[in-house]
This record gives sequence, structure tokens and C-alpha cells, in this order.
Amino acid sequence: MIQISPHAEAALTCTLDERSLYLRRLVLGSVRSAGRGHVGPALSLIEMVRVLYDDVLRIDPQNPRDPERDRAILSKGHGCLALYALLADRGFFPLSELDGFCGSDSILGGHPEYGMVPGVEASTGALGHGLSIGVGLALAARMRERSYRTFVLLGDGEINEGSVWEAAMGAAKHGLDNLVAMIDYNKLQSYGPTDYVLPLEPLADKWRSFGFAVQEINGHDVGALRTVLKQVPAVPGKPTAVICHTVKGKGLPPAESNADWHHKNKLSDSELDAIRVAVGDF
Amino acid sequence: MRNTAMNMVHKLAARDERVLYIGSDPGAGTLRAMSKEFPKRHLIEGISEAHIIGMSAGLAMEGFVPYVNTIATFLTRRCYEQVAVDLCLHNLPVRLIANGGGLVYAPLGPTHQAIEDIAIMRALPNMTVICPCDADEAARMMDKTLDWTGPIYIRLGKGGDAIVSKAEHGFEIGKAILMRPPGDVLMVTTGIMLQRAIAAADLLAAQGIRAGILHMHTVKPLDTEALLQAIRGIKLLATLEEHVPSGGLGSAVAETLIDKLGSGLPAMLRLSLPDRFMHNYGSQDSLLKKHGLAPNAIATSIEHALAASRTSSPQLHST
Repeated sequence: MIQISPHAEAALTCTLDERSLYLRRLVLGSVRSAGRGHVGPALSLIEMVRVLYDDVLRIDPQNPRDPERDRAILSKGHGCLALYALLADRGFFPLSELDGFCGSDSILGGHPEYGMVPGVEASTGALGHGLSIGVGLALAARMRERSYRTFVLLGDGEINEGSVWEAAMGAAKHGLDNLVAMIDYNKLQSYGPTDYVLPLEPLADKWRSFGFAVQEINGHDVGALRTVLKQVPAVPGKPTAVICHTVKGKGLPPAESNADWHHKNKLSDSELDAIRVAVGDF
Repeated sequence: MRNTAMNMVHKLAARDERVLYIGSDPGAGTLRAMSKEFPKRHLIEGISEAHIIGMSAGLAMEGFVPYVNTIATFLTRRCYEQVAVDLCLHNLPVRLIANGGGLVYAPLGPTHQAIEDIAIMRALPNMTVICPCDADEAARMMDKTLDWTGPIYIRLGKGGDAIVSKAEHGFEIGKAILMRPPGDVLMVTTGIMLQRAIAAADLLAAQGIRAGILHMHTVKPLDTEALLQAIRGIKLLATLEEHVPSGGLGSAVAETLIDKLGSGLPAMLRLSLPDRFMHNYGSQDSLLKKHGLAPNAIATSIEHALAASRTSSPQLHST
């Protein structure tokens, strides 16, 4: 019997503040406009992305290619609605772009593309790529004696991919303490529970044994995220893994822990009503 | 050819601090001199090709020019999605140095025989595909890779291949080399098929058949201009490749002719390996011979196809 982490329980019960609700309105507004989108994977990710872009990353939206900027890669590219909401809100591109999500002339596709979206460091969508790219970025910082840090956001389903663990070994080999892997551990992948599809536990021990300094938190707790992410590297000489216990579809009761909301097409009137009740008018 | 290409990585590294060597688990001592001179730029990253390609992409995003090296099949089949997405989609200057292109690893069996690598690499947008014919050409080629935009797949032969390339021909990526002027026949080759083509052309000459040779070291981008120029007045175009018939040099040439000419195509003979995995071992030469790619068989196939082309309307022949 797997013991449920207290962080996972906290993720289920914690409430969201107004900024988190606002960001959800942006995400769900994009889904409403496009008539499609990965809802659950974006809603589980919002606080992780929010704290990164609000409080942690050294970035300048007016100079998105600044060589000294911190790098962030959304390796679980299907969570892009959360990233787009933050990038738009922080001024990387106009908020109005969010309404064009997945449109034929939009810069915002169903997975984020480098060169199309200001602030996106790498094109992702195929899973299991981001951590290796992050290792390259972090190693480059070391070789160039630059102080930027690299953050890679991974899905729990994504880490089924063997390439993630190849990258983890590589990161540890090089002692990349300027690299942070953040795992969105919502415990529900496309088909169903991660425990059913391909069990990940003991997840923290896995990352630890691969040479990472591991932190576990409630991934919807903005304060906890700030505390942990402002203290990287957790251990000098080691890459950091932050296992963020989250809830798929967090903040929208019909979508919470519901695999049917992994990807959503046109929202029905009753679903739109439920969204208004949960996050406010949008 | 391999040692020359490796040594060129060292020379390029000495010239330009962006150059990195990234091996998976190469033979002991690979680029030892470079590892001593530039230890931070000589990286051995383990049998993890998918990761290595992604990591190389990250390094290239930051301005490095990684030369990634392992066995051809592992550098193509194993990590195809990483090559497609991380390298080609981002159009990054990563160079894939593939040891043992074609049947070099004949004794090691089908897992090590790169017989479809040209097809799958040239299918990718932004990818450049180069197959040098000998060590001298490999050296000239490597020199041109440093500042080429985008990823390059470099298909290396075994080493010890007869030197047939000439310094005066130089080397430009995407520029074919006319080794012999065309007569009734033009052979288009890539990689180490050039040596076989030269021997076949000599045999044909003894039969009174003049056969030209266009060495298409760069399969992508294909030198369309040189091809269209060289086929003028010929009666038979033969492509020679150490590769399955699908998607390789013969396909590239045929596609180009169809796209550029549409009609009035020359008779064409595509000489290649069969569309199946090899279940024989032996040597590169013995497998080439078994599949009709030794000089004698090439000359005979061309002779027959030329005779057939004289008695029928233009048509495509294939082995």
C-alpha cells in the first residue's frame, strides 16, 4: 500500500487566491475561444509556473533573449495554456493573443514553439525532451561561466520516458546545481492514474538515487513554492528535483482528478456555468 | 576516414572555442589528444543517444557547435525524434558524425548496418546529409561544417578506402563533383560507391562505353544544377548507393528529375541494396558484391540497361 504524501492531501484541500483564479480564467478563456485545449494538465501546473515567472526567474519581458536571463523549459508542452497565461500576463506578448489559441495564424499552438512565442525557450510537445535540453543549457552556463539557472517543468506521465532518466544521470554526472527539475505530480495521465499506467513510486527515492537533491511540496502552495525555488541549489554540487504534488484540473471541481478533462473540446453551457462558479466570470 | 574526421574535430576545436566533441561510449582512446588539450570540450556522455541529442541541442542553443559521434544506426534509429524535434525543428548547428555508414559493420549484423539512414535523415526539414568518399574528402568536408547553418548528418565509411578524391576539386557542401565527363552513361554516386563507380567506368570504357561520374557527396541539399547539366545528351542515368532503394540517393535523383523535367526523362537504373535487412555477415565488400554493387556487376547492369534503353522508349529501371 502506497502511503499518500501529506503534500498530496494538502494539494487536494488547499484554496486558491485571486491571482490563481485570474490565471485560470485566462486559461479557460483560451479553451472557450479555441474550442479545445489541455485543461487538466494546465490547471495542475498554474502555481508552479506562476511562482517561477512572478518570483523566481530573472527575466525581462522586454528583452526575452537577454543572455543572462534564467531559462525555463515547459517539457510537458501540453500544459502550455498555463505558460501562455503567465507569459501574456507578464507582458511577453499581448493578452489578446490568448483568444487566438490554436488559430491558423496564431503564435500560440497546442504545444509551445520556439521562435513563435516570445519567452518560449524550446519547442516541446513530444515528451521526454526538455530535461536533456536543460542539461545542455546548464552545462553551457557552467562552461561559459554564466550565472543563469535552468528550470525544467516535467509531467508525471512524461517521466515514463526513458530519456528523462538518461538526462537525470547526465545532470548528476556533471553536478549541475544550476539545473532544477520541477515535476508536476498530479498522479493522473491521459488514460488514468499513474499508478495504473506505469507506477512511479517511490518517486522521491528515484530522483534521489539518480543524484538529485529532492524537495517535496504541495504544488499549489504559492508560499512553499517560493521558499523552495528561492533556495536552489538545495545542495551545492547537485541538481535539484522539486516534486510538486498537484491536482489535475485544480480549481475546477468537475475537472479535478478527472481524466476526461485531460483534453477538452467545446465547452458546454453547463460546463461554462461550472467554470464561472469556480473561478469567476470570464 | 573515421580517424581523419575525428582528428578534424580536434583541429576545429583548436581553431574555434565553440567546437565540442560529444561521444556516447566510443572506442577507448577516441580523440585522446583532444581530451588532453581541451578536456572540458571533450565529453563522453554514455550510451544514451536520445539524451545526448537533446543535450547537444541545449549546448547549440547557447552558441556551441557540438560534433556528436557514435555508430550510425544508433545516431539515427535510436534517437530519431530527438534529431527531428530538438535539432531539425530548432535548426541547430549540431553535427552528427555517424561511424559505419552502410555496410561497414557487416560482420556485426543488421543492428549495426545503416542501410536506411540516408532516407530517414534526408526526410527531415533543415537536415543536411553528406557522405564523403575517402579520408581526404572527409578532411575537406569537415573544414566546411564549422559555420554551416543547421544540423548535418555525416555518413562515414570504414577507413582505408582508396583515395580517389582530388584536392583540386575542393569541397563545398551541396556542390556535386564531376569526376568524369558524361558519355552515353552518367553514374551518380555518393560515399564509397565512388570507388566502385570509377572501377566500373574503366570496365565500361574497355567495352567502348563512355560513362561519366557525378559524385553527389551531399545528398541533401541535392545539387540540382550539376545534375541537370550532367544528364544532357546521356542515354542512361545510373545511381549507385550502399542503401535500400527507398528514399536514398536514387530516390533523391529521381524526385529531382521528375520535379524539374516532368517529362523526357533519361532511362534510369537505380543500383542499391535490396529492400530487406541483411542476414549475411562477412565484409562490406562481400555484401556489396552479393548485392550487385561490385564494379563488375555494376558495369554489367549498366551495359544491359543501356542496351535495353536503345530498344525501348525511356523508362525507369530498378533493381
